[in-house]
Amino acid sequence: MAIKRRDFLKLTGLTLVGTAASAAVGDLLTRGEAKAEEEYASPPEALKGKRWAMVIDVKKCKKGKEKGCNEKCIEACHYLHNVPSIPDKKKEIKWIWEDEFEHAFPEQTNEYLEEIFKDIPFLFLCNHCDNPPCVRVCPTKATFKNEEGIVMMDFHRCIGCRFCMAACPYGARSFNWVDPRPYIEKVNPEYPTRTKGVVEKCLFCYERLAKGKMPACVEACPEKALIFGDLADENSEVSKILRERVAIRRKAELGTGPAVFYLID
Amino acid sequence: MIEKALVGSKKYWFWVLFLLTIIFIGFVCYLYQFKIGLGITGMSRDVSWGFYIANFTFLVGVAAGAVMIVLPYYWHNHKVYGKITILGEFLAVAAVTMCILFVLVDLGQPMRVLNVIRFPTPNSIMFYDVIVLNVYLLLNLICGWTVLHAEYKGTKYPSWLKPIIYLAIVWAPSIHIVTAFLYQGLPGRHFWLTAVMAPRFLASAFSAGPALVIIAALLLKKVANFDPGEKAIDSLAKTVAYAFIANVLLFIFELFTAFYSGIHSHQAPIKYLFVGLEGHAEWVPFMWAATILAIVGILLLVIPQTRKNETTLVIASIAVFISCWIDKGIGLITGGYTPTPFETITSYRPTLPEIGITLGVWATGFLIMTILYKIVLEVRASTELVVKYEGIVYKK
Repeated sequence: MAIKRRDFLKLTGLTLVGTAASAAVGDLLTRGEAKAEEEYASPPEALKGKRWAMVIDVKKCKKGKEKGCNEKCIEACHYLHNVPSIPDKKKEIKWIWEDEFEHAFPEQTNEYLEEIFKDIPFLFLCNHCDNPPCVRVCPTKATFKNEEGIVMMDFHRCIGCRFCMAACPYGARSFNWVDPRPYIEKVNPEYPTRTKGVVEKCLFCYERLAKGKMPACVEACPEKALIFGDLADENSEVSKILRERVAIRRKAELGTGPAVFYLID
Repeated sequence: MIEKALVGSKKYWFWVLFLLTIIFIGFVCYLYQFKIGLGITGMSRDVSWGFYIANFTFLVGVAAGAVMIVLPYYWHNHKVYGKITILGEFLAVAAVTMCILFVLVDLGQPMRVLNVIRFPTPNSIMFYDVIVLNVYLLLNLICGWTVLHAEYKGTKYPSWLKPIIYLAIVWAPSIHIVTAFLYQGLPGRHFWLTAVMAPRFLASAFSAGPALVIIAALLLKKVANFDPGEKAIDSLAKTVAYAFIANVLLFIFELFTAFYSGIHSHQAPIKYLFVGLEGHAEWVPFMWAATILAIVGILLLVIPQTRKNETTLVIASIAVFISCWIDKGIGLITGGYTPTPFETITSYRPTLPEIGITLGVWATGFLIMTILYKIVLEVRASTELVVKYEGIVYKK
């Protein structure tokens, strides 16, 4: 029973390749989807939805601003999620922010509308699209859509390629160009801080929903200008409002199916 | 064969040392970026890709362009390319290596790059780009090295190589088509959302790649006594001419669509690049330089006298190469991010360390090219001596 050295080496090589290949195939099969491998039991108080969405009443928002609400929604969100305040505009990180009508709906701009919406603030945040381009392009599934319709981020998996930022037509994503920690005035120990080199954005407060709480911005708004709920439930507040009032979405023509609606009537 | 790269003239070592110095500077800049983060670059929330990805895109083209030499030689038995085919293959090796390096230096978390393999994601074009680029690198390395080794041993290359050579040929366009798909499938980026992106990429690739081979071959002729053959260079010059004219035409088609349709969002990036928009005109001089170079290149390439003259041909090739680099590098990336999704403009300028890293990667590519070309020349010289000797014998 003599095995030649050459044959032995061949066999060893084949075995190694085979083992590696089967491991790789196994990985492909199990990791294919962002499915939970074991069942997670959500706490009984958790808010559950099939299609979370937000409706923003821009006129109420304006009223709040006039009364001096001081952008409580932005403040609450950015404090709770350890969003740093970076002075350099080009490198800033924001999850929810205020801008003008013509930047929200550049394709709708005309002088009359501009006049009508002149002093009305528009809040920008991730649109948690039905068909999110960012999820489509992410090469590692670091950004993915969960079963409640929220576009999620895994900060630990993100390799920082910024393909999602190129793909997002809403400019909703921010990148940590440098270590963000020195720019966080007061750290909230309940939420992770991020490291340099990863992308982040609004996550519809999935961590608060799990505890039965509304998103931070919704809770913080004194005018109740932000309404949050499940579009799949036709008795939810958001569904009722959208049936009755005129709401528009940013760049709906791109087929992304944004879940943030702006009430403009 | 690698030992052949370890002996050389003073000129050779001076050039290698020069490249190593630039690589070192680039490496130091990269260490700085690795420590601080991509914040040391000029990129921003609005222009989130910059110089690195621009050079990456351009070099994918250079790599794919090498097929314009390999294909006629192996498929159509275009014998005049016999001496330069391997230059094309090794150019592809150097260019793809640079591409991979440019992607790596652009990552925010380079230590996590293997996540792309750990969590394969077939809906991401990036996934396919990683595959096609790495396979293309491997194919060219195998083809070039095996053929050269056969030459070194004085035999014909083994028959198992033939299918690999053919695979490398059909694989070449794929790397550039997939790279174009990175861009042209994104909603909301007006400048990129166009079906002619992939054809444009191919046309610019098939002009910039062979142009670089012409420059390299004629340079080697001057400094290393390498004779690429007059007919080979003339054939290649025609390839560059046709491909580059196609490239310019495709761009003009873009202009027509944007301006005849009257759609503002399609016009805005082009206006920004060529005449400036809302007071921002960062890249206007570059785009006009590219335009002038393109005109000069085309004129020199279509007039037979200037195309056949080596000096003017080199000038034309350099013009084409730089023009493609500006158009597909800087223009494509900044144009894609301008205006922003809010129809505002955020300017982008690469910073010094960013340029340092970029030059470092280029120098790495040139070093790989130098070493591989040096081996080719030495192997050729060692076999040619016999021929000359025999020639003399027969003559006598």
